[in-house]
Amino acid sequence: MSGSSGQGVNLAHLGRNPSNGMKKTSAKKSPAKTSRSDFFILRLYIAGHTPNSIAAIANLKKICEDKLQGKYRIEVVDLLVKPQLAKGDQIIAIPTLVRRLPPPVKKIIGNLSKTESVIVGLDLQHALE
Amino acid sequence: MPKAKPKPRAARIPLAKSPTGIQGLDELTGGGLPKGRVSLVCGKAGSGKSLLAMEFLVQGAVRYGEPGVCMNFEETEEKLTANVASLGFDLRDLVKRKKLFLDYVFIERSQITEAGEYNLDGLFVRLAHAVKTIKAKRVVLDSVQALFAGVADTAILRSELQRLFRWLDDNNLTAIVTGEAGVDTLTRYGLEEYIADCVIALDHRVTEQISTRRLRIVKYRGTSHGTDEYPFLIDEDGISVVPITSLALTHKALKERVSTGVPALDEMMEGKGFFRGSSVLVTGTAGTGKSSLAANFTRAACARGELCLYFTFEESPSQILRNMRSVGLNLEPWVKKGLLHFNAMRPTSTGLEGHLAVIHRLISQLKPKVVVIDPITNLVSATGSYDVKSMLVRLVDFLKVQQIASMFTNLTFAGDPQERTAAAVSSLMDTWIVLRDSKPNGRPRRELYVLKSRGMEHSREVRELIVSKRGLDLGAVLSDHTVATHVAG
Repeated sequence: MSGSSGQGVNLAHLGRNPSNGMKKTSAKKSPAKTSRSDFFILRLYIAGHTPNSIAAIANLKKICEDKLQGKYRIEVVDLLVKPQLAKGDQIIAIPTLVRRLPPPVKKIIGNLSKTESVIVGLDLQHALE
Repeated sequence: MPKAKPKPRAARIPLAKSPTGIQGLDELTGGGLPKGRVSLVCGKAGSGKSLLAMEFLVQGAVRYGEPGVCMNFEETEEKLTANVASLGFDLRDLVKRKKLFLDYVFIERSQITEAGEYNLDGLFVRLAHAVKTIKAKRVVLDSVQALFAGVADTAILRSELQRLFRWLDDNNLTAIVTGEAGVDTLTRYGLEEYIADCVIALDHRVTEQISTRRLRIVKYRGTSHGTDEYPFLIDEDGISVVPITSLALTHKALKERVSTGVPALDEMMEGKGFFRGSSVLVTGTAGTGKSSLAANFTRAACARGELCLYFTFEESPSQILRNMRSVGLNLEPWVKKGLLHFNAMRPTSTGLEGHLAVIHRLISQLKPKVVVIDPITNLVSATGSYDVKSMLVRLVDFLKVQQIASMFTNLTFAGDPQERTAAAVSSLMDTWIVLRDSKPNGRPRRELYVLKSRGMEHSREVRELIVSKRGLDLGAVLSDHTVATHVAG
């Protein structure tokens, strides 16, 4: 198995932060301004920068900006860099998005192109009301 | 996405095998599972798939220096470790020594929403990571069908499974994939379609309240294999399969002779007794001295310093020792010396295959020169007539290949001299000695004759068999023609 080097999406961060292989994209606003329960921590698992992974990152950013502005943080985990992280969240499919906060944990698999399914899967409607 | 350089297939050695270390299975497959390929082991729940797969990994790690990865979809590492501890496998230790990597894959469908295209690279990454961590040569996926419950898109799943099996092949990993049996198919999801090299089916049946486990090699590309079902046993030593060892009848016939233990009987056989490593059937009605004859044979072997293994189904070893003392035979010193091993089994405690598996295992462990099974009648009655013969053929073959002399006693019933079991097994036997009662002039007596003995000019006389405190002896020659009438009957 050889790690395919990705093109485009922020791979530099991975090199700089080898301890966890994560790239964090925080929202501009400080999380302190919102109550804890409606702040979203979303972790997206990819395995190299495949078309589905790149699409998933873009789709997720768009949905979050539309629906969760200022109330989210995205962590991208590249399993080719940190394969041992796959077990913790029981990752099988790629891409997999895990809603780590707020509880309960939810998982969405796929390139997140079906926006409605993502919104339902993350329970965003409910969270925003 | 993990990628592997595909190897040119033609460059592979076609028949390299990876030993499973499972007693019997390696004989059956001519050396083990196809090396660097994926094999499918299928069967119903509780048929022993997981155990077989696990033993393959443990034996690989312990005996063949091949570390292994078990990706388990059904049980946690802790449960799996506890389950196989009863078989004497210490998984925790193997994991600690990096000989084994356990990864429990848990899929909770209710947590998962599908939103767009995906593949199973997560699974690939985990497997590749595990393989790399311990430099694994063996992989078990038990059982991948759990994925069908967890992934809605079966089209993706199927193509990903195919990719997974190819990945295992390309990485030269010897793998076992387990699959639950379907209604009309080998596996519920037709996994057998993707596995080209080796498919093994396990079965667990209960007939007449006796459970029997069987193993069948459905296909094995490039290897000639029997298509029969072979009984197997799971006990504290793991799995053992009763194999067929000499399909080609390759065993060498030995010319050396050994005493029957009764000098007068030796006389009837060119004065030399049986051929070493031959099989002897002793049939007779109740009380005609079958066990006594077997005990004499045993004692003679012990006196030559040969290890004897005596399987008894009707009496406990102490009963046999007591009975034999009454006919002038003291076997106890040989037991104490470790040359005579008794093994008492209850005929109904397990099926015939279970008994055969125990017999095979003990023979492999002790490596005796002489084996007595007293009587085989009980083995036969344990399972009815269901392919008893083929199983006994295997046992006799097995003994011959190991050049072990064997004596089987068989109870016959008055008026039914060529009783079914005797008729079924007699053709396998080199020598057939018949004992019987008769009452000429109202005086009961025992009679003995050699019905056949291959490869020698044996006497065709009927002799009186004298059983006394001084042991066994043969008396006067009785009339010749009784043999003829007997055979005709």
